[in-house]
Amino acid sequence: MHVQRTWFYGVAVAALGAVLAFPAAAETVKIGIITTYSGPLAPPGISMDKGLTLYAKLHSKDLPKGVTVEIIRRDDTGIAPDVAKRLAQELITRDHVNIIGGVVYSPNALAMAPVMTEAKMPFVDMNAAAAVLTTKSPYIVRDSFTLQQISMPMGEWAAKHGFNQAYTVVSDYAPGWDAEDGFKIGIEHDGGKVVGSVRVPVQNPDFTPFLQRVKDLKPKSLFIFVPGGPQSTQMMKTYNELNLKKAGITLVTTQDLLIDSELPKMADIPLGVVSSGSYSAAATRPANKAFVTAWHKEYGANDVPDFVAIQGWDGMAMIYDLIKKTGGKFTGDEAMKILKNYKTTESPRGPFMIDPLTGDIVQNIYIRRVEKIDGKLANVEFETFPMVKDPWKQMHAAAK
Amino acid sequence: MTAVAERVVASAAETFARRHRFRWYEALPWLVAVAGYFAFPDYLALGSQILATILFALSVDLVLGYGGIITLGQAAFFGAGAYTAGLLAAHGMGAPVIGLLIAAVAAALVGLISGVVVLRTHGLTQLMMTLMVAVMLHEAANKANTVTGGADGLQGMEVGPVFGLFHFDLYGNTAYFYCLAALFICWFVMRRIVHSPFGRSLTGIRENEARMHAIGSPVFRRRLVAYTISAAMAGVSGALVAQTTQFVATDALGFERSGNVLIMLLLGGIGRLYGAFIGVPLYMIAQDRFAAIDPVYWYFWIGLLLVLMVTFARGGVLGIVDRVGAVLRRRR
Repeated sequence: MHVQRTWFYGVAVAALGAVLAFPAAAETVKIGIITTYSGPLAPPGISMDKGLTLYAKLHSKDLPKGVTVEIIRRDDTGIAPDVAKRLAQELITRDHVNIIGGVVYSPNALAMAPVMTEAKMPFVDMNAAAAVLTTKSPYIVRDSFTLQQISMPMGEWAAKHGFNQAYTVVSDYAPGWDAEDGFKIGIEHDGGKVVGSVRVPVQNPDFTPFLQRVKDLKPKSLFIFVPGGPQSTQMMKTYNELNLKKAGITLVTTQDLLIDSELPKMADIPLGVVSSGSYSAAATRPANKAFVTAWHKEYGANDVPDFVAIQGWDGMAMIYDLIKKTGGKFTGDEAMKILKNYKTTESPRGPFMIDPLTGDIVQNIYIRRVEKIDGKLANVEFETFPMVKDPWKQMHAAAK
Repeated sequence: MTAVAERVVASAAETFARRHRFRWYEALPWLVAVAGYFAFPDYLALGSQILATILFALSVDLVLGYGGIITLGQAAFFGAGAYTAGLLAAHGMGAPVIGLLIAAVAAALVGLISGVVVLRTHGLTQLMMTLMVAVMLHEAANKANTVTGGADGLQGMEVGPVFGLFHFDLYGNTAYFYCLAALFICWFVMRRIVHSPFGRSLTGIRENEARMHAIGSPVFRRRLVAYTISAAMAGVSGALVAQTTQFVATDALGFERSGNVLIMLLLGGIGRLYGAFIGVPLYMIAQDRFAAIDPVYWYFWIGLLLVLMVTFARGGVLGIVDRVGAVLRRRR
């Protein structure tokens, strides 16, 4: 009896010891992901999630010994700043996450910014593109782009290649205005000019009257920005129906109009169209080939990664880099020091870095042409604007 | 008058007087709200959003449930209130309570002006008119980016502490009680309204407009007043969300907001004051829990819930309560 009891206590103490020792040995880093998983605006959110999930899956073995990662996903339901802010609060106060990432839509990220400052919570913005965002909190870094950053090189390229008189057509909301702005800066920088501009409603995608106006004016080139998705397909259709190509008007655009996930729906219409962008699934860099192969293996051969997917992937890469450098233990300020000095050459989109001063991304912008590869449309990169900074911040820094 | 007639009149008067006496169950929502604060301290941010949305649903209940005005554009007033509170806070006037009052006035003005046009129409036309008002305001907010910040949302809101004492904190303590107090006051006012002769005449208009005309009730004016009050309440709700979020974007005026609140009200029960108090938490808590389990497909479960409610429980949750009550009474 006595022996048995001693034995029992021994086991109990050992078990208790094991329980107590376990959390000390294994560090769990909680990553809160807020993005749009449901509703009509979900596709980019889903794409982002696929990208970051794939990275986490393939690289869990690279984590420091004893460190595990827990991803907590929350759905902000679309453009809903109140919901996004609440989710951020909850992830911090209830789930005690160590870092937050994600967010497709700028208003959501902008509403979250003060929470990040108050809680000293590092936030890796994986899409929201409003230029002003990274100035709203010292705890934000962005791995996506700003519209000015993408469209300015397009303007420069157009001016240099004889398409120096352009008409711009953009969606009438903040990202559209940003794109219009960036393109204008770019084309004027190289001696071209914008001969006319029109802004089309975001909600009413019948583009015929607007493009007809452009056709009548016969500018050398036409710059278009519409949000990637069903609208871009609609825009390409209208462009085709009005025969703008035959009228001698060259279309130049951003990657949104020719987003990789939407290309298969456009038949052969966009063949030859030139666009600027941060990522194309057709890029031949070894890192990209490996990435696309892994993507097809995970999500099927017909699923094409787009630039939002790569932003999810790279965002997770940044977080994993942080975990590796700190062993999974970091405060908000320590994390920001590492995140803001992040630099890589191994991303599928090529080299990119975070500007330590602004927290914004500095990356290659590629000029691409739509071509047919193995019977499928693809954005083939043929010229690079290396390491482009966000022009908005440079302009506003100069103004100060 | 004969004794019998006197007794009939007296008992009728008694019935009407009893109708607006407070009953024990009317304290339940408030007890639950206070208990919720202590029981779920981690859910206060969600809690304050639920409280603000209940107020929004109440405002819809006043026009739809009591006034019989079919609306798909209530977000117009929500947004008007939200932008008013937001603009005030962005221009150095961040005192929350004053902001709330001004937002109510601004939203009421929008309601009054649009009501003059909208309420001249009926049925489907009216529905489209309410929708149109919201869409127009939405586009105006999008275009006027120098004022509203356009689609990126209003920048630079700085909301001060409530009464100069209570800061809006990360955990949502202040926001919760702030929303609760605003909801309580609005509920009290609304309760007085629906039980007043004015409220009864609104119900009369809903049930039989021609008859109300015949007995000399100023139908248009009654409706306009109800519409304006409802707009003010929606404006307060919008201001609450704007102030506690410290951000406003064009989604405050979006169609989805008008649509979702109708669904929540349907779940709870329309035209019964407490439908909002049941439908809104039911919807929002279900959404929060389903979305936490499965962020991609939670809509399916919400949809299923809605289909079941519409098929088997006309009149929402309160409809079920009524029917159960009726069965029990018959047994007795």
